[in-house]
Formats: sequence, C-alpha cells, structure tokens
Amino acid sequence: MTTLEARRRGPSATQWAAVGFAAPLLVYLILFYAFPLWRNVDLSVHDYTIRAFVQGNAEFVGFEKYAEVFSSATFPVALWNTAFFTVVSIAFQYVIGLALAVFFRSGFRLSGLLRAMFLVPWLLPLIVSSSTWAWMLSSENGIVNTVLGAFGAPQINWLTSPDTALVAVTVANIWLGIPFNLVILYSGLQNIPGEVYEAASLDGAGPWKQFWSITVPLLRPVSAITLLLGLVYTLKVVDVIWIMTTGGPGNSTTTLAVWSYREAFGTGQPDFSPAAAVGNVLILIALVFGVLHLQLQRRQEVS
Amino acid sequence: MTGRRPWWKTVLGVVLTAFMLFPVYWMVNVSFTQTRDLRADPPHWFPWDPTLDGYRAVLDDQLPALGTSILVGLGCVVLTVAISAPAGYAIALLRLPGAGALSFVLLVAQMIPAVVMAMGFYAVYVRLGLLNTIGGLIVADSTIAMPFGVLLYTAFMSGIPRELIQAARVDGAGHWRTFRSIVVPVSRNSTITVSLFAFLWAWSDFIFASTLDRNGDLVPITLGIYQYIGNNTTQWNSIMATAVVASVPAAILLVVAQRYVAAGMTAGAVKD
Repeated sequence: MTTLEARRRGPSATQWAAVGFAAPLLVYLILFYAFPLWRNVDLSVHDYTIRAFVQGNAEFVGFEKYAEVFSSATFPVALWNTAFFTVVSIAFQYVIGLALAVFFRSGFRLSGLLRAMFLVPWLLPLIVSSSTWAWMLSSENGIVNTVLGAFGAPQINWLTSPDTALVAVTVANIWLGIPFNLVILYSGLQNIPGEVYEAASLDGAGPWKQFWSITVPLLRPVSAITLLLGLVYTLKVVDVIWIMTTGGPGNSTTTLAVWSYREAFGTGQPDFSPAAAVGNVLILIALVFGVLHLQLQRRQEVS
Repeated sequence: MTGRRPWWKTVLGVVLTAFMLFPVYWMVNVSFTQTRDLRADPPHWFPWDPTLDGYRAVLDDQLPALGTSILVGLGCVVLTVAISAPAGYAIALLRLPGAGALSFVLLVAQMIPAVVMAMGFYAVYVRLGLLNTIGGLIVADSTIAMPFGVLLYTAFMSGIPRELIQAARVDGAGHWRTFRSIVVPVSRNSTITVSLFAFLWAWSDFIFASTLDRNGDLVPITLGIYQYIGNNTTQWNSIMATAVVASVPAAILLVVAQRYVAAGMTAGAVKD
C-alpha cells in the first residue's frame, strides 16, 4: 500500500527524510572517496613531478605512464610476487583456519577462551606484529634461526636473502590471517545443524568421512566468500612487507601494492604518476575478484 | 556439546594457542630484556633479569605519539558513528531511494587498496595544506571504517521491529525524534561494535600515517614505532616495549569486548 502511495505522489515525505539522513554519507563519499580516487586517475594520466604537484601544471601524457609500468622490468616480478604472496597466504590461512575451526567446534574445556586468544594476532597493529616477526627472523639473533640451529640447520638469512625473503613475509602474513579465517569458518560451521552429524554418525560415518561428506560441501558457500575476501584483502597488503623488507632485497618482495607505495612515498624522489598507474591496475584486479565475491554472496542469499 | 569432554583436546588446544601466540610472548619477553642480553646466544627464553629501560624509553619518547593516536582514534569514532548511524537508518528503515546501489558502492569501497586512497588523499591534501594535520589524518583514517559502519548499522536496523517505529510515529514523533529516542538506543550494540573497530583501525593505521603525517610534529604511535626502528636498530627492547604499549587497546578490547569483536569480524562476510 505504501509503495503505491509513493508512486502516486512522487517521493514521499519519508523518502525525503531518508535522503536527509543519508546526506552526510553521500557528501562524505563524494569528498573522501570519489574525489581522491579521481585525483588518483588524474595523477596517472599526467606527468607529475614534485614541482608540478605544487604548481599544478603537470603535462597530460594519456596512457604513457601505464605503458611505462607494463614494460618496466619490475612489472613481471611484482606480478609474480603478488600472485605468490596472495595465493600461498590464503591457501595456508584457509587450511589452518578450517582445521582450527573444526577442532574448536568439537567443544572442550576452555575452548571458548582459547578461541578468543586466537584473535590476538588479528587485533594487534600491523607495525607491532611485523616488527616482532622481523626481529624473530633476524639472521644472527633471531629466535627462529636459534631453534632451527638446535636441529642442525645452517643460518638462514630470512629477510636479507632474495631466495627466502618472499617466503618469510608470506609466513608472517599467514600468521596474521589465521584468526580471520578461523572466526568466519567457525561461524559457518555453527550454521550446520548438529542433527546432520548425528544422522551421519548413526549411519556409521567416522569423523574423517563426516568432514568430507558433510562439512566440506555444506561449508562451500562460506569457504568461497572467505577465500575471495582473503584474496581482496591480501592483494592490497603493504604494511607487513614494507616494515619487514621494504620490498627488498632488490625487488624480491615487491608486490604491486608495495611497488606503488615505494614509487610514491618510499624513496626520497616521489614519482606519483607511475605509482598511481600501478595503484589503478591494482584496483582493477581487486574489483574483478570483488565483483565475483558480491555475485557469490548474492547467489547465496537467493538460495 | 556431548557429555564426554576429553582432556587431551584441551591440552592440544593450549599447545596450539601457545604456538600461535609465541610471537606475542616473544615481543613481551624482548621488551624486558637487558640491552646486553639481546644478542645473547642462546637467547633468553624468559626475562630472568628484567629491566624496565625499554618502558622508560617509551615514557620519555612516545607519550605524545600515544596521545596523538588516542585523539585520532576518538576523532574517527565520532566521525564514523555520526555519519554511518543516520545513513543506516535511512537505508534500513526509511526506504532510501537507490539504497541497493549505495550498498553496492560501499562494498566496493571496502576493496580499494589503502595505498591508492593514500595517494589520492596526498594529492588533495597537498593543495589544501592538510598534510601533517590531525584533522586530515582523522578524515583519512575514517575511510577505513566508514563502509563497514554503514553496512553494520543497516544490517542491524533492518531487524528492528517495524511496530516499534510505527508506535513512535503514531505517538507523533518525527523521523529525527524516532531516530534519536528509539533507533539509536536500540542499536547500542552496533554502536559499540562500530566504535571499537573505528578506533582499532585508526589506532593501527600505518599507511595513511606514513604518507599524510610523515613530517608532522604529532605523529601517531604506529609511525612512532616505525621511526624508532629506523633510528635505533639495536634497541630492540625499547622498540618491543613500544610495541607492547601500542598493543594495549587490542588487549583491552579482547578482554572487555570479545563478543563484539567476533560479531564485527563475521558481519562483513557471513549473512545470517
């Protein structure tokens, strides 16, 4: 009835009120999202030096900066590092998170408390966890090398050798992402009715069988969303890598996001135009997976 | 769940948790270690001979940074709640035209890499003279939590019984009155969750701080630690003491508001 009324009289008083209540958000989105993003596109199609930045007379160069980025020797390296860092991170975060979620779901003494403790890595400021990992992985006095050395392993230059640096930052990032995966997957597990498991166990299915024939299929929608969200979040990680290695040694831990950050802010010579171009490429990649995520979520709501 | 609760699972759980939290323990351990023992071989697994030098250094050097971070965090909380609560009300209860499109925009906004936003903000701020200002940093940091805040309020307010709103309307309350004296009090838990995350994310932010507030007199604690690492590469006990102090808000949250934290983490990903 109300919708009919609204159609007859145009926007109703309620809808005008709605616009009023949403107005601060709309203004906010335009000023603090749309405008900075537009400035970013603007940066990428001009040749901005620091002087042009202040004077505001940068030369228009079209897609030249994008061409520079794509043909740069750093591009394939950064793309590979991004792919490795992202895929390995979310694969391990997911598998470990799921194993822990199943473990905690079985319910035992102190399980609630311990599960809460697992949130800690997620809550810590990234600078705190990243610098702690950097100290733990330091070559000569790092606790990781000490422990490995006790088993006879030689000293590994985790963060200063190009062979291991990417693995080292990925390990730290896996640790950071486990709590998120645990919490989401645990809440997904709780939505699976207990009767399903009871019926299966009456039919003689053991825990292993139950996991593969109940948990995995019924958790698939939540899993897909967890993985995609993880992907979108991991693509944009800068802090962890920057604090631990600043993208080095060489370019061995330079991902697209780190590359963009370094070009713009990481050196004494800010080079905003290519940085913005890399950033926009990154947005496009994130959006592809982001839209995929929304599609999945919508389909899940329909079903 | 079942009557049988095997102890071995508790033991395994404790071991796993200890393993997971080892880096946190190590941070605390190093923060109490004497400078001369930092490079001891084998390392000191426990601070037998603890020192508070690291914490003294925090008090001497980082108090202004802690104050800045608290200020920025509180500013973000106020800004985020003040904008996202009315917006949630408009979307969930007032049938805002274009609400679907707006929700979509907010979901997409969450996916924009912070480094891109930082560059955009830098380009805007450099003209407006807002670099190295607390206000500028508050606005930039609030973009981390704003979409989350609106989506969380919308989800919660959609569940408020219509009868409650109708009753207020019948009693002659206008939209503003209904919002202020019914919707806001009922949404208390959402406000707590949004405030917690807005504060925590602003407190933890490194990217905006390191780009928009690099040369400021008042840097937040994350940047304080970062500059500390750059300047005193040997004083890891002081660095770790600062890190411990910077973790205090997270620890408080975990103790007093754990259920809000878990609720907030899940809200973005799983629909009930």
